[in-house]
Amino acid sequence: MKSYIARRLLQLIPVLLGMSIVVFAIIHAIPGDPATVILGDQATPETVADLKAEMGLDQPITTQYASYVKDIVTGDLGTSLKTKKPIKEEIIPYLMATVELMIISMVIAIIIGVNAGILAAWRRASWFDYSAMLIALIGVSIPVFWLGLMEQWIFAEKFGWLPSTGRMNAREPIEAITGLLLLDTTIQGNWTGFVDAFKHLILPGIALGTIPMAIIARITRSSMLEVLNADYVRTARAKGLSELKILYKHSLKNAFAPVLTIIGMLVGLLLGGAVLTETIFGWPGIGRYIYDAIGSRDYPVIQSGILLVSTIFVFVNLFVDLLYARLDPRIKYR
Amino acid sequence: MKKLFGKLGFITVLSALVIAGCAGDSESKEADNKEQAGGGTLIYGRGTDTVTLDPHNIVDAESSRISKNVYETLIDYEKEGTDIVPKLATEWNTSEDGKTWTFTLREGVKFHDGTDFDADAVVYNFNRMMDESHPQHQGDFSIFGRTVRSLLEEVKAIDPHTVEFKLNESNSTFLPNIGITTFGIISPTALEKFGEEINQNPVGTGPFKYESWQENDSLTLVKNEEYWIEDIPKLDKVLFKVIPDNSARLTALKNNEIDLMEGLNQTDLPTLEGDENVQLFKRPSANVGYFTFNITKAPFDNVKVRQAISYAIDKQGIIDTFYGPLAVPAKNMMPPVIWGYNDEVTDYNYDLDKAKSLLAEAGFPNGFDTELMVMSTDRVYLPQPQKVAEAVKANLSGIGINVKITTYEWAAYLSKVLNKEHAFAAIGRLSENGDPDNFLYTMLHSNSSSNLSLYKNDEVDELLSLAQQTIDKEERNTIYKKVQELVHEDAPTIPLAHVESAMAGATSVKGYIPHAIGYESLQDVYIQK
Repeated sequence: MKSYIARRLLQLIPVLLGMSIVVFAIIHAIPGDPATVILGDQATPETVADLKAEMGLDQPITTQYASYVKDIVTGDLGTSLKTKKPIKEEIIPYLMATVELMIISMVIAIIIGVNAGILAAWRRASWFDYSAMLIALIGVSIPVFWLGLMEQWIFAEKFGWLPSTGRMNAREPIEAITGLLLLDTTIQGNWTGFVDAFKHLILPGIALGTIPMAIIARITRSSMLEVLNADYVRTARAKGLSELKILYKHSLKNAFAPVLTIIGMLVGLLLGGAVLTETIFGWPGIGRYIYDAIGSRDYPVIQSGILLVSTIFVFVNLFVDLLYARLDPRIKYR
Repeated sequence: MKKLFGKLGFITVLSALVIAGCAGDSESKEADNKEQAGGGTLIYGRGTDTVTLDPHNIVDAESSRISKNVYETLIDYEKEGTDIVPKLATEWNTSEDGKTWTFTLREGVKFHDGTDFDADAVVYNFNRMMDESHPQHQGDFSIFGRTVRSLLEEVKAIDPHTVEFKLNESNSTFLPNIGITTFGIISPTALEKFGEEINQNPVGTGPFKYESWQENDSLTLVKNEEYWIEDIPKLDKVLFKVIPDNSARLTALKNNEIDLMEGLNQTDLPTLEGDENVQLFKRPSANVGYFTFNITKAPFDNVKVRQAISYAIDKQGIIDTFYGPLAVPAKNMMPPVIWGYNDEVTDYNYDLDKAKSLLAEAGFPNGFDTELMVMSTDRVYLPQPQKVAEAVKANLSGIGINVKITTYEWAAYLSKVLNKEHAFAAIGRLSENGDPDNFLYTMLHSNSSSNLSLYKNDEVDELLSLAQQTIDKEERNTIYKKVQELVHEDAPTIPLAHVESAMAGATSVKGYIPHAIGYESLQDVYIQK
């Protein structure tokens, strides 16, 4: 087990290195540079050259890459060209905002997706099965920005039930400790703040969670269908076990492995892919942070941001792999 | 099993009801009570975040928006125009040769940290920008600042309330230029205390004090109780909130999450008609959207070709279709809200026959092929750039010119246009200081690197330089009008539109007047109880 983890961690090195080269090469290959964007309409060839020199962009690409790798190895994520602040400090609040949103979306997606999948498999070819799978099909096909705007229009504008943007009521700000506002308000015992933060999470959580929910429902259903036909399920029924026990205790445990894999992948997808949701809901998350950095060609932010997200992605998937063993004792890690 | 299913459903419905129930009233009632107790909090919704709080290093409007309220400059622009009015300086005068400017400073003004505002503070600030060996000389310093600084020979204190600026040469744009937020005066004590981190800890003399900043989310300013004008500012607190999507920002306004928003989509205007809770604001159009030729490239080196194209573009049609009611067709390279505008110039009207005959005279009776470059994202002065380009393509096909449209994302586009890689491109300019020089010299003088058409007319060059050296406003006025006539004849560019930007606010917001420069002091704004 330990050697397995060590091996997986070692494998991380070539993956991240390769990725950093690809990211570095692509962002330097696209036209436009940070100095020109920062100076905007006021730019002149001389001032652009000055600023480039100050930013170290006049160095050969290989030198720039080497110094970037050196920084990363020593744990320095670099300094934003735009804000002049260390990325290591700047990135944390964005990451936390995304993590909180992602957790809520995944909770919504897993609870509804898994249950819908189980019920659809259990009552196969029933009206529930058909309608659940139709909704799941719509769910995977629906554009997130459209769903987000519709949610805002209905729940914020028409009925005024829920706030449409941001993480908290701007008039009653919540003080951040960890950056996970639900946790922070709990620590502070600020229950008004907790309810407020929770209300702000609902609409973006649903918008972001819809696609994963649909995917999870479909995977759970097909995986459950296989298991429900297995002999041991028939035996369980013959023994007179309740359907609830058969479904949730005996079948789900065996059917869950592929669902878990998908959940691991989806976490990665949501971490970096929440740009649209974050833009529509004014959510100060990491997807938007990196996206904005691309617009202003803030090279260090793009590089370090993508590196951080992919590292987390790899770790989440490692964790998922380790969970398999808990789920299925036959799996051994060597 | 049915029981289980029923229970799940019941719980779901119940929790939805509970959430919906507590969502409604409590929030708005609480907010109302707060506002009745004090001067109120204004939440200003905007599309992007501030970059820096160090005024001397500002190059973007969203940083200026904050600095305008935290810092003050020696002079200011009037509330509803660009004429110059006193601010931290109460009066000023120029020497005969226009090289020495003396400013009398306002007395009794204090920075937010209690430091006195005086001549030494002004000298300290300008030295910080000019002198590379100054201990607080950090950052790139804005390019606009650099051009002004290159003019400055020395800044010195005559007495605690008088400052003298010595210039290398007489320059009429010096006065309007030192009113831009870049020349905000920072507390010298704070600069020494924070050093480079003044960009996160601003200390000025303005009506509002800095409180906190959560990046890409919100930035909070609070009332400066010691402000030098009595009973100003009226608000207790201003919160600038980033909501990137224009439609989402409007929803937030309608849902009472914010009080004021910029960047209202023109297409959303009709939906606000008859809405009693929302009022509209229009930011005057101190901008020009235009097409520029590269007149060093054939066939655009031929003035007849340029004039032919000017006749062939249906400006009014483009504006009606893509700009909506807030834009007017442009005929000069500067907007009418800024003094010096020449309204006598007659625009090239949409006339295909005339265009065709000019093109034939130029030796292209059957037209030619060319490339039009546009940016991929909307700009204030050019909404829906690709669609506008399609319209121009259709217009020009009427005189046999075959246009190929190439689109680049903004960062790439900007660097291509600044390198003059274009033959024919769409671009625009926003005012920085409300002075005609900022448009005409910058875009049309052959020495200016923002002269994207590479236009060179000796008479225009001479006039524009003369206007810079002339202090008398009437004389400058005459010169600028003449320049606009000459440029109109040469047609190095095709001015397309001046665009007002639409803003919306809750009806309870009073005293807000958007300024043409793009940002304004919120000192007179209040929330009606």
